[in-house]
Amino acid sequence: MAWQTVDRLTPVVDEKAPAVLSDAVREKIRSFFPRYETRRAALLPALHIVQDALGHVSLSAMKEIAEVLEIPPSAVMDTMSFYTHFWDHPKGKKVIVLCRSLSCQVMGADRVLAEVKDQLKIDEHGTTVDGQYSLLTEECLAACDHAPCMLVNEKLHKRIKPDDVGKIIKDTKNADVSMLRSDLFDKPAMASVDLPTTSDVKEMKDA
Amino acid sequence: MAKYEPVLLKNVGVPNIRTLNVYRSRGGYNAAKKVLTEWTGDQTVEVIKSSGLRGRGGAGFPCGMKWSFLPPDRKITYLCVNADESEPGTFCNRVLMEEDPHQLLEGILIAGYATRSTAAYIYMRVEFHEQFHILQKALDEAYAAGVFGKKLFGTEYNLECYIHRGAGAYVCGEETGLIESLEGKRGWPRIKPPFPAVEGLFRRPTVVNNVETICCVPHIVERGVDWFKSIGTENSSGPKLYTVSGPVKRPGCYEAPLGLSCRELIFGDDFGQGMIDGKKVKGCIPGGLSVGVLTEKELDCKLDFDDVRKYGLLGLGTAGAIVIPHDADIRQVLANVTRFYSHESCGQCTQCREGTNWLYKIAQRIAMGAGRIADLDLMVEVTKNMGMMGGLSICGLPDGAAFPIRTIVEKFRPEFEDHIRRQEPGRVEQVIRHVNPAAYELPILGQRSQPATV
Repeated sequence: MAWQTVDRLTPVVDEKAPAVLSDAVREKIRSFFPRYETRRAALLPALHIVQDALGHVSLSAMKEIAEVLEIPPSAVMDTMSFYTHFWDHPKGKKVIVLCRSLSCQVMGADRVLAEVKDQLKIDEHGTTVDGQYSLLTEECLAACDHAPCMLVNEKLHKRIKPDDVGKIIKDTKNADVSMLRSDLFDKPAMASVDLPTTSDVKEMKDA
Repeated sequence: MAKYEPVLLKNVGVPNIRTLNVYRSRGGYNAAKKVLTEWTGDQTVEVIKSSGLRGRGGAGFPCGMKWSFLPPDRKITYLCVNADESEPGTFCNRVLMEEDPHQLLEGILIAGYATRSTAAYIYMRVEFHEQFHILQKALDEAYAAGVFGKKLFGTEYNLECYIHRGAGAYVCGEETGLIESLEGKRGWPRIKPPFPAVEGLFRRPTVVNNVETICCVPHIVERGVDWFKSIGTENSSGPKLYTVSGPVKRPGCYEAPLGLSCRELIFGDDFGQGMIDGKKVKGCIPGGLSVGVLTEKELDCKLDFDDVRKYGLLGLGTAGAIVIPHDADIRQVLANVTRFYSHESCGQCTQCREGTNWLYKIAQRIAMGAGRIADLDLMVEVTKNMGMMGGLSICGLPDGAAFPIRTIVEKFRPEFEDHIRRQEPGRVEQVIRHVNPAAYELPILGQRSQPATV
């Protein structure tokens, strides 16, 4: 059998692909530069912004973040892979994060988790077939007085009983945060609800 | 005891306290104005030093001392506020940021002035979504009113304040881990020295303080050192936020002078008000998960910086009590605790990375009903061989892992032994075969393939 050679001269198709990050996202990342002494320090905000805009941080998005921050792409992946908050593959529209730490466990988080798994028919780190929900368990969410608790995107659901789970999952507004938002980070991508932002409030005040 | 008047939580429940005007109408920013216009930075450090304020983040290091370690000829200094509250059972910082954001901002202003900081970063964990929006709005308002920015209160002092959101890592609550994370790297703690006071964020002198410590500062300035020292015990002065969670009637965050007993916190009328559904206390983890466990008989332990050590605990920690009810399976509790540390170990130091995972595997095996008496000794042995106290690790996480695991195993040993004795015969072999089939199939293991029965 003849030697097989690898063609490194023809550019890989992926590199020709259109840019993943929009100009607005790039501009938003750049707006964080004056805050820090180094460009690399803006990496965590950049990852948050990209994940909020695209839903997850793909490999090509990582490359483009590296371009904006002028650091090697490997540095982006190095940092990103350390933190549990970032997704390198698509997630559901809403992410359910259940607390599994001791306070919640003694208050019955296991039963709540079993109920959520049963209702959504997914396991931990899984996403439902229709792409609506992803399920995660996290260590303490610092809401032990409301144990057992669970986050749906940004909304914290408190003192959940296993019987409440069905109601929370069916509610379309279960990710609706009842307070005003800051413009600094967008709401998570593809959320179906429209939340008031601080600029809305300014308009409301002016009017 | 006379009714204690809250200090840190005095504004809780006041309508619209999150807005600047309401906070100002209750005497807010008076302390900051006093410091910036009348005092020098070094004078402020001296005041905090003499007040005996000790860090509320867990280690209890004197706050004024930390500030005075900064090199005097520095040009740029950074202040980092640790709002990465991830210790299980602790949520007092969340309450402070949620209920009274301007109190924190005022504290930052004073602390920044005292340390001559040019920028302050609030490192907030990402799970605090609502708290981020609340604090960011308060910060925007403070900037608009000229509380932060350039030439504050008519002086030459400039301070920028930013909120930096983390991304879900427990180890970023360690001060050098936090600094690394702020620099956009993975949150791996650094080897000390150099201490952050000499070389921290972006290799500049840096002070890292907990939210609660910073919140104490305006009150010390306003009411004076003597008032602050009159609260609490001799070595542990000042008010402290205690949190209690688990099956108590009134879980929540309460303020009391340092030196409150654990029993008072669970059963006191002003605090937890006893257990729900007639449950009994099996044990209590009094100060965040990392300090260790108290049994029912030891509940009279005073929660201050010194008394806890008499009960074999690591320290006061964050004073977040988790109550374990009598019907909880102690094996499940142990499995939960070990899982937390094996999940959150950053993986830099071998004995922490391997040790916490090893402990988790053993605890899982015990919880599956395949424990051995020898496992209990093994767990204690492993916990004694990890941690900063033995000089084996970079940060204190393995110490934090060792204390709860060791105290749970030692203090509840009869219960574990009872469970192990009542296990069905053959279960050990079954589970080990399931976990590691090679153990029974490799001939080289010889005698060692026999399940240990001791």
